[in-house]
Amino acid sequence: MSEVMDASDMSVKGTSSREGTLLYLSGVNVSFDGFRALNSLSLYMLSGELRAFIGPNGAGKTTMMDVITGKTKPDDGDVFFRGDIDLRKLDEARIANLGIGRKFQRPTVFEKHSVFENLELALKGQRGVLASLFFKMTGEQGDAIDEALTTIGLKDAAYQPAGILSHGQKQWLEIGMLLVQDPELLLVDEPAAGMTDAETAQTAEMLKEIAKTHSVMVVEHDMEFVRSLDCKVTVLHEGSVLAEGSLAAVQANERVIEVYLGR
Amino acid sequence: MASMTMTRKPLFATFLLRSPMAALLTVGLLVAAAILVPLSNQLLPPGSAFHVPTHVVSLLGKYLCYALLALSVDLIWGYCGILSLGHGAFFALGGYAMGMHLMRQIGPRGVYRDPILPDFMVFLNWKELPWYWHGFDSFPFALLMTVLVPGLLAFVFGWFAFRSRVTGVYLSIITQAMTFALLLAFFRNDMGFGGNNGMTDFKELLGFNLQASSTRVALFSISALVLAAAYLLCRWIIASRLGRVLIAVRDAESRVRFLGYKVEFYKLFVFTLSGMLAGLAGALYVPQVGIINPSEFSPANSIEVVIWVAVGGRGSLHGAILGALLVNFAKSYFTSALPDAWLYMLGALFIAVTLFLPRGIIGAMPNFPGMAKGWRSLRTPPGVEERAP
Repeated sequence: MSEVMDASDMSVKGTSSREGTLLYLSGVNVSFDGFRALNSLSLYMLSGELRAFIGPNGAGKTTMMDVITGKTKPDDGDVFFRGDIDLRKLDEARIANLGIGRKFQRPTVFEKHSVFENLELALKGQRGVLASLFFKMTGEQGDAIDEALTTIGLKDAAYQPAGILSHGQKQWLEIGMLLVQDPELLLVDEPAAGMTDAETAQTAEMLKEIAKTHSVMVVEHDMEFVRSLDCKVTVLHEGSVLAEGSLAAVQANERVIEVYLGR
Repeated sequence: MASMTMTRKPLFATFLLRSPMAALLTVGLLVAAAILVPLSNQLLPPGSAFHVPTHVVSLLGKYLCYALLALSVDLIWGYCGILSLGHGAFFALGGYAMGMHLMRQIGPRGVYRDPILPDFMVFLNWKELPWYWHGFDSFPFALLMTVLVPGLLAFVFGWFAFRSRVTGVYLSIITQAMTFALLLAFFRNDMGFGGNNGMTDFKELLGFNLQASSTRVALFSISALVLAAAYLLCRWIIASRLGRVLIAVRDAESRVRFLGYKVEFYKLFVFTLSGMLAGLAGALYVPQVGIINPSEFSPANSIEVVIWVAVGGRGSLHGAILGALLVNFAKSYFTSALPDAWLYMLGALFIAVTLFLPRGIIGAMPNFPGMAKGWRSLRTPPGVEERAP
């Protein structure tokens, strides 16, 4: 866990077996108009893992999440969920229903809906048109929303429109939506962006709590935040994995220092 | 403590919009009109101040059909963000389906006295009825077609458009193209729908003389009741979780996909339903105005519907009805009082509403806190009233 692995080691290990992995990416390439956003990206995550992804702007962190959630189709490479589900063939809705939830970098909540309704829309369960038309909330589902409201500290704001929440509260609401969606794997893009120090610390606690029962992939710039997560860190650079290991170990890594400080 | 916070009231701006009072008022007024207008027309002497003349009844009936059309546009535009600039096409198709039935009802009473063929076919020297005219002599079949044909077109159109994720202004443009293409097609004589003259000279519907005042008031009442039923149907949909998904699609479409909803199916459902409602409006319209021709497909008609909805209040079902009624009242008045000025006034109205009343007339209504009393549902419909143009 603490030793630093090189990207090259990773890919060798990765291609050898995707069995037993929760998420498996191998040789994934994505280019936009000639710009290589992902450059033969290879990595894997195990079930139950909490993993932080760091890297300079343009390292491909958000594109990686786009590929996993089906928003962007890779030019080539493998993307597998639970070892044998090929995510490249599925659309966003199917992938979400498989159990991959996502929180966006810019908090995206439904502003005209109340906080309660935002959570209700995210509730795990049927997603069909007719099922929605005749939907009646069960007591259990109400409890799940109630629990999520408590966790994210928005109980008093439950019936206010999400649009009037503060930036930090919107971030939490999104985390709450992930909670009631209850996916196996959560992709969390910059959850602490724009938050005060106190909010950031609270968010880290929230994520650690969630990680006890879910696999979580966090992209974050804030090193203090990553440190407080106390988990394995993957450094991305120019669309591929530069280093992997504990935060202390990657911060000591020569190549990481070079990339970050531009030496 | 928990239950205390759960029952707290949301602090929304316009309670009127979400209150059951609005629904009660809308349905109540429509039902009252459906009962009182016929009574006044049939029972009161023409000299009475409360007598509604038959030509006014027909005019009002026409407005109600427009209101139903506006409702169908508001359902997709106000709640799902789909701006259709071609909804007149569904309206016209419903109208044509009804027109075909009315043509078959004329029978040997036409100018050419042909028992089967409508006059325009005899004129074109056609010897037999085209296959797609069969069945329209039956009223139930024709009625079914007034919703099925527009519904099918909406479904096929939506299937391709929504699956390809065509949205925003691009979708609006292809809906315009759709109605324009149909306009050109229906102008052609060899289509078998009467060419640019369309269909007219209708005699009767289900054995009732269309010129008789009793038939006309009955058609008015049916229009009012159908509008009330359609309003309640739309309201039920909007208040369900389906409605909340639609509004979510309007506000943040891709976010909805990442929650696992198949956005295209939701859009397809509501677009098809909307097309069917527009078709029904067209079917009620034709026997009351006595003619259907290709001009109903003209793109300008569809744009006008959007103006009605914008004026009344996009994202408010009774707002759409109110907008359609008000603008058409104004149109009837000004096209006779100041015939040259009407189009300028309509344009100015649209600009003024966009600039000064982005939520339409309904959005500009003051708050009546008392209106919200008794509204203690946990499942409040989402706030649709605070929208930008």
